[in-house]
Amino acid sequence: MELVLQTLINGIQLSTFYAMVAVGLSLVFGVAGIANLAHGELYMLGAYVVWLFYGLKGVNFIAAVLLAMLLIGGLGIIIERFIFKPLRGNVLGVAIISVGLLFIIQVLVGQIWGLGYPKRVDAPIMGALNIHGVYIGWQRVILIFAAILLLGLLWIFLQRTKLGRAIRASAEDSEAASLQGISMNRSAALAMGIGCALTGAAGALMSPINAVHPYMGHMPLLIALIVIIVGGVGNLKGTVLTSVLFGFLYTIITTFLDAVIANIASVLFMVLLLAIKPEGLAEHGT
Amino acid sequence: MGRNRLRPTIGLTVLAVILIALPFILTRYYVDLTIVFFIYVLLAVSFRLITTTGDFSLAQVPLMGMGAYASALMSKHLGWSFWLTLPLAGLVSALVGLIMLYPLLRMKAFAFFIGSYAIGEALRLSWIRIGIFGSHRGISGISHPSVSIPGLSTISFAGALPYYFLTLAIVVLCLVILYLLDKSLITDTFKAIHSEESLVRSVGINVTIYRILAFEVATFFSGISGVLLAHYFGHIDPHQFNLTTGLYLLIWVVVGGYATFAGPIIGVAFFSVLGELMRPLGAWVPLVYGCILIITLLFLPEGLESLPGRIVPLVKKMGIRGRT
Repeated sequence: MELVLQTLINGIQLSTFYAMVAVGLSLVFGVAGIANLAHGELYMLGAYVVWLFYGLKGVNFIAAVLLAMLLIGGLGIIIERFIFKPLRGNVLGVAIISVGLLFIIQVLVGQIWGLGYPKRVDAPIMGALNIHGVYIGWQRVILIFAAILLLGLLWIFLQRTKLGRAIRASAEDSEAASLQGISMNRSAALAMGIGCALTGAAGALMSPINAVHPYMGHMPLLIALIVIIVGGVGNLKGTVLTSVLFGFLYTIITTFLDAVIANIASVLFMVLLLAIKPEGLAEHGT
Repeated sequence: MGRNRLRPTIGLTVLAVILIALPFILTRYYVDLTIVFFIYVLLAVSFRLITTTGDFSLAQVPLMGMGAYASALMSKHLGWSFWLTLPLAGLVSALVGLIMLYPLLRMKAFAFFIGSYAIGEALRLSWIRIGIFGSHRGISGISHPSVSIPGLSTISFAGALPYYFLTLAIVVLCLVILYLLDKSLITDTFKAIHSEESLVRSVGINVTIYRILAFEVATFFSGISGVLLAHYFGHIDPHQFNLTTGLYLLIWVVVGGYATFAGPIIGVAFFSVLGELMRPLGAWVPLVYGCILIITLLFLPEGLESLPGRIVPLVKKMGIRGRT
């Protein structure tokens, strides 16, 4: 019983983490056709912002997370403008150029803050919540609620505001949207800013749970790619649902078998889905 | 006319003389580097064959590893000679590649790119998980090739110098085959598939068969390059064939250019020389790789091979301007 409850909680936590990273990637992919393979590196940068400001400088944790969102979102907009924009429309080209970005960010972080031991970040609230003999660290509780809050806010923004609707219009049909006076440039920049801020937030919130190091972005990127392929590019509802499915699948395989098998299962699952519905990558709309 | 026809012959002769003289001039360290250079040239040219149909495969490095593992296992456990395991390991790679193609053929462009990564990674992870492949430690003590002449003696290719000529001979032979394929009609079809797929289909050409052919030929030669790597260093492990190596291969070919046969060779040569010059930079090297990739894609999308074609008109223009 305790094992089931523990697995359930681990599954929920992993799902919310996947959802934040994957929704960010899904948004930029859906709106601007940006298959950003450096997405995991932006997640890693989010964790570093918290380590620097909260861990070393003693800034308030919530302020550090907000700062991470702001900085990573801003960085995303700059990257979109100067590196991705010239190749817009060429999905494979953007993916390849983002590989260059991946190497640059990874080396810079490794050389500036060191490659050695992973950085530890203390959780803002120590201890754990006790649910029927199963302990769940407070940081995990914070992560789950923060993810639900941020994704909820994004949902309201996309559904209820004019700017949000404009982004969705660009995702559905960029030509028709531009005929209505919606600037593709603005939609792409906004999507990239929001998507990267969300990933930065995921990294920031995960930093007290996972060790902070320059290569921490690989796994989230792989998972995000799998999730958006399954959930449909730009389809945020599908992305969230797939994140939950995958979060539980991964937790269960890791708990009962081992992590290498879980990784093999994940990538083979992705190949299977790509083979069954290769159009999954071309699908648009929310 | 006669002069034009003579020129490539002279060029090739000079190149051959240089390649034969090289290991006698260079120090051991640079002979090592040149051997690795030959091996990666073969890999990059194979990789480029697939790009002619429009597919970018991240599975090529794991498939190179498959060749390396297959040959290492055959020579260690079955005691087979290098001359037998070399082609057999190439065939093993091609066979594994064929299985991978079953799902991959349904994918195009970005989906193929990501799908090939995923399936290549699954192959690589299986080496960690399955006992015979030696887990993280890989396989050590892979024998060096040798030739025994009956009644005389045994020539071993253990040293750097003999292995240099062995690699040179095998790589040149493979490149000649790949070059002839490139010059033949088949490659024109590959390129047509890339640019005008529906037209190609409408004249009754089976696109799928050409995609399979390109991928299979490339994978066979990737496997061969893996064999050459394994028997030179005597050691292989799963880490050597990870995503980073796959991305480096992508960068070599994209920066060198993949429109012509020479592009990937220029790319590997460029990065080999650059890698040596950047040695003091140590861990900063991938950053330079990233910068070069981004600059190339933004300002020289056809790669280094298109550089002369861009500079010559520019110089001429400036010359005219200078005179007036």
